[in-house]
Amino acid sequence: MAILVNADSKVMIQGITGKQGTFHLKQMQAFGTQVVAGVAPGKGGGIHEGVPLYDTVYEACKNHQIDAAVLFIPAPFCKDAALEAIESGVKVIVVVTEHIPVHDEMIIVNRGKQKGATIIGPNTFGMASWKCKLGIMPNIAFSPGPVGVVARSGTLTYEIVGSLTNIGIGQTSVVGLGGDKCPGSSFVQMLKMFEADPDTKAVVLIGEIGGNAEEEASEYIKTMSKPVVAYLAGKSAPPGKRMGHAGAIIERGKGTYEGKVKALTAAGAKVATFPHEVRDLIKEHLK
Amino acid sequence: MKCFEYMGKEFFAKFGIPVPKGRMVLTPEDAEKVAVEIGKPCVIKSQVLSGKRGKAGGIKFADTPAEAKVAADAILGMTVQGHKVERILVEEKLKIEGELYVAITIDGAARAPVVITSAKGGMDIEEQAEEDIVKVNLDVFLGLQPFQAKELARRIGLKGNLAKGFADIVQKMYKMMVEKDAELVEINPLVISGDSVIAADSKLTIDDSALYRQKDIPYVDEEKTEMEKMAHEAGVGCFVELGGDIAIMANGAGITMATLDTVQLYGGAPANFMDAGGGTGVDGTAKAIEILLAQKPNVVFVNIFGGITRCDDVANALAQVIKKVGMPVPFVVRMVGTNQEEGLRVLKEVGIEAFRDMAPAAKKAVELAKGGAA
Repeated sequence: MAILVNADSKVMIQGITGKQGTFHLKQMQAFGTQVVAGVAPGKGGGIHEGVPLYDTVYEACKNHQIDAAVLFIPAPFCKDAALEAIESGVKVIVVVTEHIPVHDEMIIVNRGKQKGATIIGPNTFGMASWKCKLGIMPNIAFSPGPVGVVARSGTLTYEIVGSLTNIGIGQTSVVGLGGDKCPGSSFVQMLKMFEADPDTKAVVLIGEIGGNAEEEASEYIKTMSKPVVAYLAGKSAPPGKRMGHAGAIIERGKGTYEGKVKALTAAGAKVATFPHEVRDLIKEHLK
Repeated sequence: MKCFEYMGKEFFAKFGIPVPKGRMVLTPEDAEKVAVEIGKPCVIKSQVLSGKRGKAGGIKFADTPAEAKVAADAILGMTVQGHKVERILVEEKLKIEGELYVAITIDGAARAPVVITSAKGGMDIEEQAEEDIVKVNLDVFLGLQPFQAKELARRIGLKGNLAKGFADIVQKMYKMMVEKDAELVEINPLVISGDSVIAADSKLTIDDSALYRQKDIPYVDEEKTEMEKMAHEAGVGCFVELGGDIAIMANGAGITMATLDTVQLYGGAPANFMDAGGGTGVDGTAKAIEILLAQKPNVVFVNIFGGITRCDDVANALAQVIKKVGMPVPFVVRMVGTNQEEGLRVLKEVGIEAFRDMAPAAKKAVELAKGGAA
């Protein structure tokens, strides 16, 4: 099994006919994802790479069971597209786009919460379970197995998940929360799902400096039965400098590397110093 | 993007928040003119983004227009915390009877705006005792309702016209925050003068991601170093100068941070943070590499896990730069992912043997940097 989506999930892509949408549709299909509908205003009734097109999300949802939506929509139009999916009742919504204005983001995230939708992102690679990928993670990084992965950053996840895959340790699900200031989902939400998933035997948490998401996660990790291995990026970052992600900044002495390591260690998680050590620590736990 | 004090105050005025009478000027002559218009003792304030301007001599008082001119002449061109003063704000000097603090910002953990206020203004909020600070999270759909503004005024001990004035200001601040796509609107101090409250300072930070729809706000890049400005103009996603001797490029914020950390753990000193981002193409990447070289590092370390970024694009960019300027310092490249075979082949042609793993590549970069410095 897996969390949020699995091989049976039916997926809709919004912005399916654009350059990014088309490229990643094919990658998702190659991964085994069942993409059953695409939304492209003005192109309804057509077919794109074998996928039926609709003008609106509402129409797509009327004609298909939609378990999850992936948005390949430019930042200025993301608020509208995400609200359209939320209001149409889609329960898992992946917003890949970066540089969405934070005021738009707050509306998307809070409305999702009100309507019971899980928002993954914005500014994320998305997520993947066996035969169901939502987003842009390279297909080769993922392999099926017993480890749940939840992360704030993309390429670093590929790095760590790739290193697990290389030594034959696969994943139940890999989830990217996104690098923005107001992400739709939290470590805690995902950890709870991994804790409840019978196939997940251990969890990797990939965090970074800034904010309090890792500290919040630590509180929950204390209560978990499954082992957690963490890696945190940003040890060498000076305060007050934004390290690429809106969330990755040490402000007013809060969100430091040291504080997060302390919280996670006290909660019983093992914190890897180097990215490649995650693999070794997980291997220990799975013995 | 942080705005200068005068920019914030111009917006305050537009939104109906009381500010001292005054104007931003560029010359001592204009400072004198504004002082004449004001017709009262003035304060001349340097317009730089760093705090602690007063201590650095960047704020002076003047009783007459002639004094204002002299003060302006002294402040213009001076350096405050590394920033040269090019603009000054000339304002009426307020009669200060009390100082409050009020700010609205975005609380990432709550995914919502938060109002922070205190009866003890003037100093930095982080220097204040926790019990003096009032914090209220807002509902993004309700915004800041009048009753909440009144309650905030009560909680910091305001009464009568002062409470009314404060409640009015904080509601206007919220309106401005939403309409201007601000991440932070701060007034410190909000000055009590007689029966009214006036914004004696302003801090305004606009969301970089929303600048495309805030076209009336001029671009401020004072906080950036010359090299960072160059990178911005070249279209590099994110570049921060750090002062070490190993120039670093990676793709993705997380892996770039992890690369910096790994280099530092092996005893090296990163010159910069550079997230080359995804799908920049050959020319964009070549420009980014030239910026790495412009820092005059001892080693260039490129760490690519190809996803959206294609290895062959990065390799061709490296080859392009090497053919143009040669290899003034050693290049260490780690490359895996999308189109890696073609990337590795191109690199071999220009004499680079790429690493497959990050850790040994980082180690090598540190060794070479140490050799280069000796």
